[in-house]
Amino acid sequence: MSQTRNVGDVILNVENVSLAFGGVKAITEVSFDVREHEIRAIIGPNGAGKSSMLNVINGVYHPQQGSITFKGLTRSDVDSHEAAKQGIARTFQNIALFKGMTVLDNIMTGRNLKMRCNFLQQALWIGPARREEMEHRRQVEEVIDFLEIQHIRKTPVGRLPYGLQKRVELARALAAEPEMLLLDEPMAGMNVEEKQDMCRFVLDVNDHFGTTIVLIEHDMGVVMDISDRVVVLEYGRKIADGTPDEVRGNQKVIDAYLGVAH
Amino acid sequence: MLYREAGQFKTTYAEDQQIFPIRQDRIAMALLLVVAFVVVPMIANQYWLAAILTPFLILALAALGLNILTGYAGQLSLGTAAFMAVGAFMTYNFVLRMPWLGIIPSLVLAGLCAAGVGIAFGLPSLRIKGFYLAVATLACQFFVLWVLQRVGWFSNHSTSGVITAQKIVILGYEFVSPASKYLFTLAVVAVMALAAKNLMRSQTGRAFMAVRDMDVAASVIGIRMMGTKLLAFGISSFYCGVAGALYAFCYLGTVEPEAFSLDLSFRVLFMIIIGGVGSILGSFLGAAFITLLPIILSVLSGAFSHVTGIEISYAVLSNFELIVFGGLIIFFLIVEPQGLARLWQITKEKLRLWPFPH
Repeated sequence: MSQTRNVGDVILNVENVSLAFGGVKAITEVSFDVREHEIRAIIGPNGAGKSSMLNVINGVYHPQQGSITFKGLTRSDVDSHEAAKQGIARTFQNIALFKGMTVLDNIMTGRNLKMRCNFLQQALWIGPARREEMEHRRQVEEVIDFLEIQHIRKTPVGRLPYGLQKRVELARALAAEPEMLLLDEPMAGMNVEEKQDMCRFVLDVNDHFGTTIVLIEHDMGVVMDISDRVVVLEYGRKIADGTPDEVRGNQKVIDAYLGVAH
Repeated sequence: MLYREAGQFKTTYAEDQQIFPIRQDRIAMALLLVVAFVVVPMIANQYWLAAILTPFLILALAALGLNILTGYAGQLSLGTAAFMAVGAFMTYNFVLRMPWLGIIPSLVLAGLCAAGVGIAFGLPSLRIKGFYLAVATLACQFFVLWVLQRVGWFSNHSTSGVITAQKIVILGYEFVSPASKYLFTLAVVAVMALAAKNLMRSQTGRAFMAVRDMDVAASVIGIRMMGTKLLAFGISSFYCGVAGALYAFCYLGTVEPEAFSLDLSFRVLFMIIIGGVGSILGSFLGAAFITLLPIILSVLSGAFSHVTGIEISYAVLSNFELIVFGGLIIFFLIVEPQGLARLWQITKEKLRLWPFPH
């Protein structure tokens, strides 16, 4: 790839975050930062607290301790609606699409925060609501073109194969024109070709829209290839942080993944 | 063979997002409207207009209201009849106490009152889901009827509890004959069905469905849970309220709490289950099924006894109809759990290919 990504300043700063569910500590005093336009991976064994970390970042979970600074705005407690407004979008580990709706409607929901008409105007349809709908449809079509899912736009998502559903979920997140995209295992359960496609899309998104990407992934080949920096979690604690090469050589990381002889 | 979209190319998004993207559908809908507005009032007799078609339209509107809440926004409700009762009683009071208002504004205001009650009883939906919410709305059903019976103001201190609904008057024209009441109902239902369709195909409808299908994902992309659920309760109760007012003013002719019992709530719920949950068309099909089928059955059984010469006693007949009716409901639910609307959709998909399936 010929592009040179200009990684900018810190856009997201996670500071000393701890999260517990009753007596179970999911995350313990984790700090890391994410720079603008970079691809940041979070890896770790199962149950390390990776998904919980994403949930904290976009306000689904509220940490007991620590703060999160996004675009210079520090907050310790934010709801997911606020996070979405600030420009954070995400996909889920288990696909969280709206099963009863078509692909097009699913992606259109991604633009809900950009729509201004109230429900009375929408009930009338003629006039501003219709204009707005068409304008957003045009932009959604661009996302559809970008992710190459034109042929399925009128299909209910429940009927699509797994790989395509993942792609539709990415499309829905992209439709919100986020500044930061959280991807929770975007390549889980995919075959090699689908993984390659998905990698290409993730890189294209990052390159084309300059979106900052935080991703959780188990496929180490993918992580090492596409990410700029990697955070490694184990049992809710951060054990390593750095470029893929640094992390790969880190003894703690090797121990976490391969186990240690006692 | 006639029903296919070959040669109908869409060159703008507006064309692609019409309510009926296929030309044949548009023609069929136009014909249906002409029949409903012009032909039916001319040929149908008093009995059909007053006892069958008008209640069918009104119940279809109530089913549409419930479908917005249950089918689109996924919130189960058993309070439909209560919202209808609010609409009926408030229309009565607006016409009685503010006669200068006119019937249409009275209807709208009564609908808004029902919406207010709906929003108040929708508040538990922020915490509870499914069956538990249904029980909460069941409380609404009993509470509202109790208030309407006990507080004299609502029935204008009538001693019998049964009040005669006022005449519907627009610009000096009195809607008295069954045909005129039918046309009034039809006009209201048509306008409101169109508005519902518009709502459901734009952002509001998508937000409802998003909340129904996956609430965490919906909130993560910025849809407000509270606002969306309460809006669903509000819009749904508005529809039910207007339907209730029409039920009292255009069908029963009286305003009484007994007409809006839990039984009616269940009937409307059955309509959307049989017609199709989450479908505008389904509301109408379900209402047609529930209101027309008993009549068709009684006509059939009458014809049967006429042809075979066997006299069946009325008691046996009415029970037999109920059994067949229940059996048919179960049959339809097994054959197509997603309702008549889905069945219709499948038929249309098959028709598009017929007679060359490849």
